[in-house]
Amino acid sequence: MVAERLTAAGADVVRTGSRGMLWLEPLVEVETPAGRVGYGPVAPEDVDGLVAAGMLAAPERPTRRAETSDSPEGGRVVHPGPASPAIRHGESGVYLGLVEDLPWMRRQQRVTFARVGVVDPLSADDYVTHGGLTGLRAALRTSPTAVVEAVVESGLRGRGGAGFPTGIKWRTVLGAEADVKFVCCNADEGDSGTFADRMLIEGDPFTLIEGMTIAAHAVGATEGYVYLRSEYPDAVETLTAAIGVARERGWLGERILDSDLTFDLHVRVGAGAYICGEETSMLESLEGKRGQVRAKPPIPALEGLFGRPTVVNNVLSLASVPAILADGAASYAALGVGRSRGTSVFQLGGNVARGGIVETAFGITLGELVEDLGGGTASGRPARAVQVGGPLGAYLPVEKFDLSMDYEAFTEAGAMLGHGGIVVFDDTVDMAAMARFAFSFCAEESCGKCTPCRVGAVRGVETIDRIRTGQDREKNLVLLEDLCELMTDGSLCAMGGLTPMPVRSAVQHFGEDFTR
Amino acid sequence: MSIDVSDLAALRVERVRAIAGRLRELRGPLLPILHAVQHELGHVDPADVPVIADVLNIAVAEVHGVVTFYRDFRREPGGRATVRICRAEACQAVGAEALAAHATRRLGVGFGETTSDRAISLDEVFCLGNCALGPAVQVDGTLHGRVSPARLDALLGEVATA
Repeated sequence: MVAERLTAAGADVVRTGSRGMLWLEPLVEVETPAGRVGYGPVAPEDVDGLVAAGMLAAPERPTRRAETSDSPEGGRVVHPGPASPAIRHGESGVYLGLVEDLPWMRRQQRVTFARVGVVDPLSADDYVTHGGLTGLRAALRTSPTAVVEAVVESGLRGRGGAGFPTGIKWRTVLGAEADVKFVCCNADEGDSGTFADRMLIEGDPFTLIEGMTIAAHAVGATEGYVYLRSEYPDAVETLTAAIGVARERGWLGERILDSDLTFDLHVRVGAGAYICGEETSMLESLEGKRGQVRAKPPIPALEGLFGRPTVVNNVLSLASVPAILADGAASYAALGVGRSRGTSVFQLGGNVARGGIVETAFGITLGELVEDLGGGTASGRPARAVQVGGPLGAYLPVEKFDLSMDYEAFTEAGAMLGHGGIVVFDDTVDMAAMARFAFSFCAEESCGKCTPCRVGAVRGVETIDRIRTGQDREKNLVLLEDLCELMTDGSLCAMGGLTPMPVRSAVQHFGEDFTR
Repeated sequence: MSIDVSDLAALRVERVRAIAGRLRELRGPLLPILHAVQHELGHVDPADVPVIADVLNIAVAEVHGVVTFYRDFRREPGGRATVRICRAEACQAVGAEALAAHATRRLGVGFGETTSDRAISLDEVFCLGNCALGPAVQVDGTLHGRVSPARLDALLGEVATA
């Protein structure tokens, strides 16, 4: 509706993806010679007033922001000095100044998400204008081995959660002999608190397509599949349309960009099973079977989809590859800390004042994300717990806010980064109820293949119920720990193996909730 | 003029057979076929299962196993509209459980059920990827954020009269 009114006012309106500043949406950005000037959140009824105040008349020079307010409604700009046309926009309270200058944006290092929210998602020309295809062209000029080694050197690790070095996985697939090899993208983003895959696919789908095409060249694959969850119908539509455009442009199909590379890509839609985010379960599902996990070995890199060597990577891993090839492995590896190189796309959600996408180098602290960028809770009450890494990730108390956001620091703290989702809870949360939910979710979503997960999750719910109602509390807490240990050590995959993580962390950090 | 029920059943078999035949050449065709059947015919009926199995030349048990594994596939007709409420952690942090309770009370059905006038099917879902703007609700594929009980009532009113 905002777009309709702006069009009626004579503006050339382009629908972009999201900048990731979700609390400021609907966000309108106006192109000016000095850069894009933002307005948000804009309601349809605001439009006429903004246009009358000169929103569409390019100001000579948009004034830079002075400082931000800490008001709960977000990083809104304190209006700059008088005599600027902008001040009149400011009267509406939605004038933001240059979007790139907003503290939320300045704090970020957008590499994977550089184009998201900037370009028209389905415009191939926009994509190329903003640096698209540079990585693929660079890759096609060099050998598959050189591409694989560049990805190894970049230090890129799997962004889906496991953190396995992407280049090493590719090296295995490149070295495997087969009649056909596959590249599969895991876009079954089922973890609560994560939405970066959706934002990327809806906002810049060509980057994922380019990343998968580079992977195909690197390992010798000819076919690719994106396993996209059915809960994301808009993403399915955008990606399907983008693949169509890419085929027309010769970015997919035979002789891609006049090279010898042949690669085509298909979307497959999931069917509401969380377990299909586990890579072997996803492969089963792609084959048209029940999404039950496979025992490893054999690893999918050697025996993956239909038993062929298969690259399985998360959306964010694949979407980071074009930038690595375009700007060089060294520039990506220059970011980050320790063995966590490059940037990570963090997602702030739950009870948070300013939720959205924060892409920054590894090493920012949890507290900086939740408090400085997120602005604390949305409810205004004190934050009490933060779950990082989805339903299988640990619950951390505010005392852990100095934790560095990197793979190793989290492992050391008995937690995991997972897919980078951060869910904030205020002090009304009952952590025993959250621990119970972890088990009941596992019971609901377990594929049923291995006993520790299938049976353990149900027994876990019962045990927590006994603890919460005060039946043999001490004995049942011991039993709970015993069950957690068994599930961690004995489960076939991360579903059963990691369900104990939120449970144990809740008991460890919020024990008082289990004894009242 | 009356329509013979067996004619309707035969018609459905033909349509299912056509859908399966159209998609059978895909790699791993079963999920795309089940999605297409549900999209075009509203649900995957138990009577469709042997038809699909026949086209793909696989056991009926295999198709049955797949249909029942995945939450998405309905085995009976749903309501005219489908309302899905997110009950995952991020939405729980901002009141999803209260919203879920409100929805079941207001509609008089549980999750996975359809109202007696067949207007609305109520489903639970674990994450719609709208975690910064919860509680999230999806109505016939359209995503809504920051859904309060009052806003849910308005959304339910819209689909009930649509």
